[in-house]
Amino acid sequence: MNFAILQFPASNCDQDALHVVQNVLGQSGRFVWHKENSLAGMNAVIIPGGFSYGDYLRTGAIARFSPIMQAVREFAAQGGPVLGICNGFQILCEAGLLPGALIRNRSLQFRCEHVFLKTATHQSPFTNKIPAGKILRLPIAHGEGCYFADDATLDQLEKDDRILWQYADANGQLTESGNPNGSLRNIAGLCNEARNVAGLMPHPERASENVLGSADGRLIFESWINWLESRMTQAA
Amino acid sequence: MKAKIIVTPKKAVLDPQGKTVQNALEQMGYKGIGAVHVGKYLEIELPGADAEAWRKQVDDACHKILSNPVIEDYRFVIE
Repeated sequence: MNFAILQFPASNCDQDALHVVQNVLGQSGRFVWHKENSLAGMNAVIIPGGFSYGDYLRTGAIARFSPIMQAVREFAAQGGPVLGICNGFQILCEAGLLPGALIRNRSLQFRCEHVFLKTATHQSPFTNKIPAGKILRLPIAHGEGCYFADDATLDQLEKDDRILWQYADANGQLTESGNPNGSLRNIAGLCNEARNVAGLMPHPERASENVLGSADGRLIFESWINWLESRMTQAA
Repeated sequence: MKAKIIVTPKKAVLDPQGKTVQNALEQMGYKGIGAVHVGKYLEIELPGADAEAWRKQVDDACHKILSNPVIEDYRFVIE
């Protein structure tokens, strides 16, 4: 599978993402600069973490107007899978490809630690191979990760089974102490209505090898590859 | 001529920054104050003197990029 990893000025998780794609998962991939305007030949898109455009104005607010984002819109509209990680999640929300917004952590602190995640649904390209009941342990590193949407949107997300991951304690309980940023309904990641565009604040690319303290992130990428392969088989 | 734009968090949105500033003010002795909301102020320099001609464009820019309608409200004057 061919992964595009977008690069904006001040993206800083791009190298980690490409490392995981190529060296851990054995897939092909390349960086795509934000001024490019085509994703031709790509099977999947990762919008990596960082501080695109210095987080000026609002996180992700400027990046959404980069030329490559029009190509991402078209890629997503055709069913192509897109995963936004951390700043990538913020960009997807600003772009309107995902609902809601990420605002300042309730603690006002930049939180940099490992958190526990409950997988709320396995019906997505990004969660289908995560074992039932498995609590993921992934790192976060953000100051603006508090997920906000109005009640009607939150209810709709629940009704449509679009919440992918929720902050939890080690036993998978959705507690307030397990929620590092005050996200409403403990939402750590979600997908769009068509289920092919998703975002999450935790960093699976920083936790895909045991040497890094957790390899749980690999389950997300392996789910994705499984989904891509089955989609290709169906198309063939 | 300038567009003077104020962007504030929506009332329904958690505003931990405003709450923290409120707490700090109370600790400093400013008793009896109400809720504090922290927003942004932007000035855009505009050529000419026809404020009405710019109003729609400024409003459009506020809606598209200068604020995020999911979490923020805005208001502006051109003078």
